[in-house]
Amino acid sequence: MLSRVADSLYWMSRYLERAEHTTRLLDVNLNLMLDEPPTSAERRWQRVLQALGSPRGMEWKGDAMALANCLTFDADTRSSVLACIISARENARHVREQISTEMWQRLNSLYLQVTRPELQAVAAGASQASEAPTEFLGQVMEGVHQFQGVTDSTMSHGEGWQFIQVGRFMERASATATLLEAYQPELWTAPDALPDSNEYLEWMGLLRSATAFEAYCKVYTADLAPDWILEFLLLDADFPHSLRFSIEAIHRSLEAVQDVSGGTRSDKLGRIAGRLRATLRYSSVEEIMSRDVVAYLHDVHSQCGEIHKAIYELYVDYSIQAALAG
Amino acid sequence: MDKLERLQPNLEGYLLDSAYDEMFAAPDQLRGHYQVLMDQFSALPRAEVERRKQAADLSFLNQGITFTVYGRDEGTEKIFPYDLLPRMITSAEWAIVEKGLTQRITALNLFLKDIYTEGRILADGIVPREIVYSCKQFRRHMIGLQVPRNVYIAVVGTDLIRLENGEFVVLEDNLRVPSGVSYMLTNRRVMKRIFPQMFRRYNVRPIEQYTQLLLGTLRSLAPEGRPEPNIVLLTPGVFNSAYYEHAYLARHMGIELVEGRDLVTHDNVVYMRTTSGLRRVDVIYRRVDDDFIDPMSFRGDSMLGVAGLFNAYRAGNVTLANAFGTGVADDKALYAYVPDIIRYYLSEEPVLKNVETYLCARDSERSHVLANLDSMVVKAVGESGGYGMLIGPQSTAEQREEFRRKIEADPRNYIAQPTIQFSRAPCLFGDGFEPRHVDLRPYVLYGDKVSIVPGGLTRVALRKGSLVVNSSQGGGSKDTWVLSQ
Repeated sequence: MLSRVADSLYWMSRYLERAEHTTRLLDVNLNLMLDEPPTSAERRWQRVLQALGSPRGMEWKGDAMALANCLTFDADTRSSVLACIISARENARHVREQISTEMWQRLNSLYLQVTRPELQAVAAGASQASEAPTEFLGQVMEGVHQFQGVTDSTMSHGEGWQFIQVGRFMERASATATLLEAYQPELWTAPDALPDSNEYLEWMGLLRSATAFEAYCKVYTADLAPDWILEFLLLDADFPHSLRFSIEAIHRSLEAVQDVSGGTRSDKLGRIAGRLRATLRYSSVEEIMSRDVVAYLHDVHSQCGEIHKAIYELYVDYSIQAALAG
Repeated sequence: MDKLERLQPNLEGYLLDSAYDEMFAAPDQLRGHYQVLMDQFSALPRAEVERRKQAADLSFLNQGITFTVYGRDEGTEKIFPYDLLPRMITSAEWAIVEKGLTQRITALNLFLKDIYTEGRILADGIVPREIVYSCKQFRRHMIGLQVPRNVYIAVVGTDLIRLENGEFVVLEDNLRVPSGVSYMLTNRRVMKRIFPQMFRRYNVRPIEQYTQLLLGTLRSLAPEGRPEPNIVLLTPGVFNSAYYEHAYLARHMGIELVEGRDLVTHDNVVYMRTTSGLRRVDVIYRRVDDDFIDPMSFRGDSMLGVAGLFNAYRAGNVTLANAFGTGVADDKALYAYVPDIIRYYLSEEPVLKNVETYLCARDSERSHVLANLDSMVVKAVGESGGYGMLIGPQSTAEQREEFRRKIEADPRNYIAQPTIQFSRAPCLFGDGFEPRHVDLRPYVLYGDKVSIVPGGLTRVALRKGSLVVNSSQGGGSKDTWVLSQ
């Protein structure tokens, strides 16, 4: 498979995952805002920005709707939902002949849906339809989910599909780590205090931001506790948005790619991906909490970055001299 | 006229004049092979025709069969307009076309080999040296270079038109990177879905084998000692107007679609970057122009090419189809010499004639052209795609003045031809048929043998009265049916 194709598939997938994550975060917080006094708005939206990795050019200016609109519709902000979908579709266009027609049609129609001219008015703030983002966000989530379903059921699960998996879970792993970090001050600074109703709402918001609330309740019931939340989002083996699940998925797909293309070259990548997988597999939440949660999250995050770099060194941006020698 | 009025669909205002009409021999006389088409259409309710037309539109839209229009926002995608009525060519007519095209590609290949090696035809004074050496497409780099099987032009799209007497003549040879073949193939697929009965009634010769023939042609041109060549299609990328076609052909041949940045050269060998390391490339079907293909040998500002590609080619480690420097043989001034070229190499009379052509570089012909600008078509020799043209009868005085100045400033750069009423074919507008001018671009492949799929792309000037069929200038296309006996 061409390196450029792997690169495009990987980023197509990452951008869509990012669009979905941003969408969900906005949806959850717009919803929670209804239950809270306006005074807490600043803290909430600062945290949203932090959970999105503090996108450049975005700051809290006192208007939640304006910020949400910007994060949704502003094509000039690279991390907005709209920009992510445009980038995903652009990547797909470069590899049109590599993905299935169904995938292309699904993604293309999502693109046409989010770039339709009526929405430009909303983006410019000209329209005061405050419902617009909520409805729009629902459509995006549905579109992305459909795309993932169509991808899994119409594309061969060969090397290209594995790169799509790696992209999706790499983005998800970093997003979950960043999300947990943003919530850190509220959750783990005073682990023994009982939550008041506002805090309970916030914790629920955290779980919802990772689609984890229902799944959490099945394991721990509706009693929310910081250590359980952390355990669930970090170390649960079965929940598809947990860090451990994401890393296992990355590891599995990288092994599949290695079987096809890696040969003997992939020692380093296999080692660091395996190491991170082992860290998450064999950690306990008590251990993590007894040390420094933030440092732990940082570490996971930087290891994801290393894996990304190693993937590129091995499969995409490798030096020609090394390739000729090997 | 009576007979016409009784016919469905509406033929009111169907223009018949001196131009050859593909459907009518005379106002009340249908050409035999169009009878079934006419009957079938008459039997169809209008709503059904409309429904089928919409089905076809949707089919094009969903598949994203689009081209990019330059000069607007980058990436503006348009659907290629097409017409539902097929253009038909009888087997006897086709036999002549096929023979003529084979003769022409053979002679032009011999010509390219000759001018890049011995130059016999120049020494014998058949073609003037200055015509060849002053051509911008002449590549000194190619002199003395040995190309596989001596094939310089592997893929040709020759533009044919029909004169008033119905004879096919050559308007232009496209020997560089001719495009449009994916529209030919897609038109056919859509038509089969929309008019299955009509296909059964006519015995239409198939064209679906084109991509396989192309693959076979490319394989036969692989460098020696590479029995299982790795063949790739080199595209300028998604912003190119023909990107859809590049992706289509790569997919249907089962070869990789690569961009310049996917390829690297080392020790005069070309490799592509894959996830499993570098993989050697043996044959490149390139859809990038000469000028852009290697920033080291040609234009240094090109982002589309591969540095060092030309040296790898020189070394014989990779084949390019078409070769570099083939544009010298489709230069519009050289075109005037093609009949002589055919006679010189093959000792045969040309089967397909040329359109009468005046070279502005010659004093007597230039003065004739300048005196008759309002009745002639003037073309810049290096341009294609309908750009840089003056159509005398439809021009304004200022445009003619502008061309007069241009011609006098650089006579070598211009040729002129009489304005030809090339043939018209019926097109569907609303519920009526209206005639529009058409040309024909058959695709000729030359590897270990010459192969031509029966038919080609029929381009239509959809604007009433227009003679320009290029898609960038309001042209469309139709399916082309070559009938078996």
